[in-house]
Formats: sequence, C-alpha cells, structure tokens
Amino acid sequence: MIAPSAILGIARKSLRTNKMRSLLTALGIIIGVAAVVAMFAIGTGANKKVAEHISSMGSNLLIVRSGSTTSGGQRMGMGATPSLTFADAEAIQKECPAVALADPSASGAVQVVYGNMNWSTRSEGTNGGLLAIQEWPLGAGRNFTDSDIRSSAKVCILGQTVVTNLFGDEDPVGKTIRVKKVPVTVVGVLKKKGNNAMGQDQDDTLLLPITTAQKRIYGSRFQGRVNMIRVKAASEAEIAAASEQITALLNQRHRIRTAEDADFSVMNLTEIMEAAKASTQALSLLLAAVASISLLVGGIGIMNIMLVSVTERTREIGIRMAVGAKTADILFQFLAEAIILSLLGGILGIALGAGASVLISRYAGWSAVISPFSIILAFGFSAAIGIFFGYYPASKAAKLDPIEALRYE
Amino acid sequence: MALIELRDIRKIYDLGEVRVEALRGVSLSMEKGEFVAVMGPSGSGKSTLMNILGCLDVPSSGSYLLDGRDVSNMGKDDLAQVRGQFIGFVFQGFNLLSRTSALENVELPLLYMGVPRQERAKRALDALRLVGLEGREHHEPKQLSGGQQQRVAIARALVGGAPLILADEPTGNLDTKTSDEIMDLFENLNRTKGITIILVTHEPDVARYSRRVVTVRDGLIVSDEPMEKRTEIEKEGECA
Repeated sequence: MIAPSAILGIARKSLRTNKMRSLLTALGIIIGVAAVVAMFAIGTGANKKVAEHISSMGSNLLIVRSGSTTSGGQRMGMGATPSLTFADAEAIQKECPAVALADPSASGAVQVVYGNMNWSTRSEGTNGGLLAIQEWPLGAGRNFTDSDIRSSAKVCILGQTVVTNLFGDEDPVGKTIRVKKVPVTVVGVLKKKGNNAMGQDQDDTLLLPITTAQKRIYGSRFQGRVNMIRVKAASEAEIAAASEQITALLNQRHRIRTAEDADFSVMNLTEIMEAAKASTQALSLLLAAVASISLLVGGIGIMNIMLVSVTERTREIGIRMAVGAKTADILFQFLAEAIILSLLGGILGIALGAGASVLISRYAGWSAVISPFSIILAFGFSAAIGIFFGYYPASKAAKLDPIEALRYE
Repeated sequence: MALIELRDIRKIYDLGEVRVEALRGVSLSMEKGEFVAVMGPSGSGKSTLMNILGCLDVPSSGSYLLDGRDVSNMGKDDLAQVRGQFIGFVFQGFNLLSRTSALENVELPLLYMGVPRQERAKRALDALRLVGLEGREHHEPKQLSGGQQQRVAIARALVGGAPLILADEPTGNLDTKTSDEIMDLFENLNRTKGITIILVTHEPDVARYSRRVVTVRDGLIVSDEPMEKRTEIEKEGECA
C-alpha cells in the first residue's frame, strides 16, 4: 500500500476533478448535519429559556392562589370571590420563618396618557415587594414606601417600554401621568428586562401600590382581597418548608379544617419549572432523533452516489490497476473520498446549521444555543458515516477485475 | 536468461455449462530487447495471451517466468506489483485519466510505486520529453490529438523504467501518418533504450516495424518467425 498522504492526494484530486458530483454527494450530509446542529441548538435554547424564565419570575418563588370559597354552605367557583387578603400577605411575611417576602398582587390593563402621548399597558399592584421577588432592579427613582401603600399614594413605577412610548428621551421621574384619568406621579423606572419565555415584553408594564390600584384605578369590587400572593422563600432549601408554613398559617387564619375545604392553593414554581424542563428535554431528544434520521439518509445518499461513481469510473479503476495499484490502494482511495466528502459535508453542515439557528432565533423568536457538544457529535457522526457507507462501494471498486475494468465502456 | 519464458500455458474459462479453452498449450520465449508482433484473428486467444503476458491474468496451467520469477501463481496484489515494476501498457483507446493533466497521467505508475512527489514530477517530465511532448505536460487528454494522447500513454509506460512494453493495437485509433510516427517512436525506444516491445496488431503495415512475428490461431501458436523472412524485399535496409 502506498503512503496515506499519497492516497489523500489522489482522493482530493479526484473530488476536485468532479466538483458537482462531490457537492451533490456531500449534500445529504450537509443537510443531515445542519439538521442535527440546528435541532440541538433549538432544544438547548428551549432548555435555557425555561431556566431563564424561572429566574426572571424570581428564584425560590411560591405562588398562593385563592381557591373556591364557601359561603353559607354554597361552594363558589374558583376565584369567584378572592379569598386572600392584604392581611394574609402581611401575616405570611411576618409569621412564616421560611418566607422572605410576600406580595399581594392584582393586575389590569390601563390606558396611560402623558402630554399628547398615550399608551395602553398592563398594570400591576404590589406592596413594593415585587422588585425584590422578581429580582428586577430600579434604573432610576425609588420603590414604593410603606406610607405609599398605607395612604394609597398616587405614585407609579414604569417599565422601559412605557417610558419609551410616553416620554421618549425625557426623564420620567417626578412627572405626572394619567392612568385611567387618575393623575399619578412617576417615582421610579425599572431596568430593561426583555421578553419572557412566551415572547411577551416584560418591560411593557406599570407598577402601582396595591392599595392605589384597587381603590383608585381598578375600582375593585373586593377591596383588600386578591387572587394571588407572590412569596419568596428565604432560600432554595426552605421552599418546601415555606410552602408548609404558609398552608398551616392560612388554614388557621381561614379556619380550614380539612384539606378539601381549603380556599387557597400554594404552588411551588420550581417544581413546575422542573417539569417544564423535563418536557423540553424530551422535545430536544425527539428533535435530535429526527435529525439523526436525516443524517442516516444522507449517509445512504453518499453510499448511493459512491456506488454509481464506482461503476462510472470502472475504466479509471482498471487503468490504476494496470499501472500497479493494489487492492488496498483502490479501497483506501474510495474510502478516503467518502470520508473527505462526509467531513466536508460535516463542516459545511455545521456552518449551515449554525446559520439556520441564528436565523431561527432572530426571526422566529425561538432561542437557539449552539453547543460545542452538538458540533463534536455532528462531526464525529459524519466521519463515522463516511467510513460506514463508504466502505461497501470502496470494497466493490477494489475487487474489480483489471481486465474487465479496462474493457468497460 | 530470457525475459519471458512461457511453458505450456493453458487458459480455460469455465462458463458454467461450457468450458472455453482459450489457450491450449502455448510455449514462447523472448529475450530482452526484442520487438515482437503478436498477430491473429479475433477469437484466436491473442487477447488472453496478452492478458497473461501483461500479468493481468494468470494461466490455468503452465508456467510463466518473467525476468526469472514465476508469476503464474501469483495473487492479485503481487501481480499488481509486478505490473508496476516490469510492464508498461499502451492501449488502443489510450486509457488516460480524463480531466487529468498529461503530467499527472504519466506520474500514475510512480505514485503506486511510492516514488516521492518531487521525483515523480521530474521523472514524468523526462518521460514526456522522451516522447516529444515537452511543453504539453499541463494539457488534459481532451486538449491533445490522438497521436499526442498515445504519446502520453507511451510516456506512462516508460516512466517506471519497465523493461517491457505491451502495446495492444496502439495504432488502431490513429490515421496512417500518426500511426507511422507512433511506430517510429516504438522502434526508436526499442533500439536506443533496449526496451522489449510486444505489439498486438492485425495490420501487417504495423507489424512490419517488429523483428519477429508470432501468429496465434485457435489457442495455439501457429507460426513464430523473424520479420525478415516475411517481408524480405520491403523491409530490407530499414530493419537493422
């Protein structure tokens, strides 16, 4: 057998001589590898997005929701009358040692006007705890104070999108805007947060003291009652403990005897997110499986074209044999061609897959993360495919009879 | 020692029902430096004989000593090695690699002999110069005339330093003038380089360049005589 470098040279030359055929052969691998890389990127991106979603909602988050209430033996529907009160939130924060913060929450759509600008946005009532719970720092101004809450002060904090739409470049802090015709002073501006997992603009928001929101803006029927309390556990280890303490406390406060009668529920967000993560992982596995099939089909394509190419080049093989090429020389020449093609296809496929991932994340709004693992996997896989599917045509070429091959028309 | 020593060569093709005896006991001896024409009608076993002489095939029985070594029972890879080392082929249809320069075509045998790149190019250029194709080394076969392509093939046969050239109807695709040029080249190589040439042809005009004519019919050698005897008058003076 001749030197590997010489064989590589022959194979490279042969591929270069037949550029179109080489490209078509590699196409299957290019698409297969691109699919693997892109699918992996999307899968990894989905996982990362879920993880980001967890942290954007706030770490160690628990949500207490009001359930059905019983009124005079009659059970009302879920959330018909909010069963949670501001006092409940206060009690949770003060009396549950595993709880760091508790924030009663109410929300509603509002029209806001400043000068001749107006904007429709989502508003949310808070006791000021929301910023800490969602780990959302202020860009300027201040948070709500206890006295703001107690006095239902006409103040608000704006998200960046609202600032842009109402104020442009102007500094909003200290300005008065009208929220549903009620004049409210801007005391703070939130830092930019970006989109959430659902693609919603989280910066398109306006925060109000919960008391102000209910009394002055929403005109709620159930003053002092809310459907939701956000709770931040003191630490990740204390999430379960916090959940138990809240349940015990509310059972006592709402005079609940059996779990069935509970007019509230405590949700542990981390658990929900774990489940979501597991499902996105299953999704990315599925995507990878589909992509692997296309890689397999690409490999069969290489074998197919290599087989045709061996037949087409029978005379060339005969000439090489006549001038002294041995079985191994021919075998390795064709094998080298197949491997070069699939590696080349692998590299182009990685580039294409990476490009597709970038486009998908830019235009479809999905997040796609290209992991080095997927690149190594795709590259290794394409090399393996080259060897596996190149071997049969190569051995067929090597076994040709020189006389027959020379006579082949 | 003779360069080629065939003893009672038989070749039988077993085609299932039918057994075809292509060679039925051929014995032949050739010295180094001979120029032999092998003639015979198609189906005479001429091609089979050439395949065996060219180490592309092995006989069913009998022995073939090439430069003293028995090649009649060699395996595929050993035969390939012997071909690379001892035999240069020139075919009717040129059999050059298409879309490959003349230089690279000529380098081909050296590639499989494991000659390093620099030396390959140098030796291939020398061979091309020898056949009168200097300056055409980067032309591809389709850019060359038939005669030029055959010269490339001859250069390829020469480049490995093989002592034997097997030319199978080398002028079959060429016009008379070009044929003469190619045959002159063979004759010159035979005379100046001492290269043994075995020429298969059915054209007496072409066979005339040789100095010995072997005629094959029905798998047997029916005549084996010097050229002078056959064409005493015409060839006189030309044939040294």
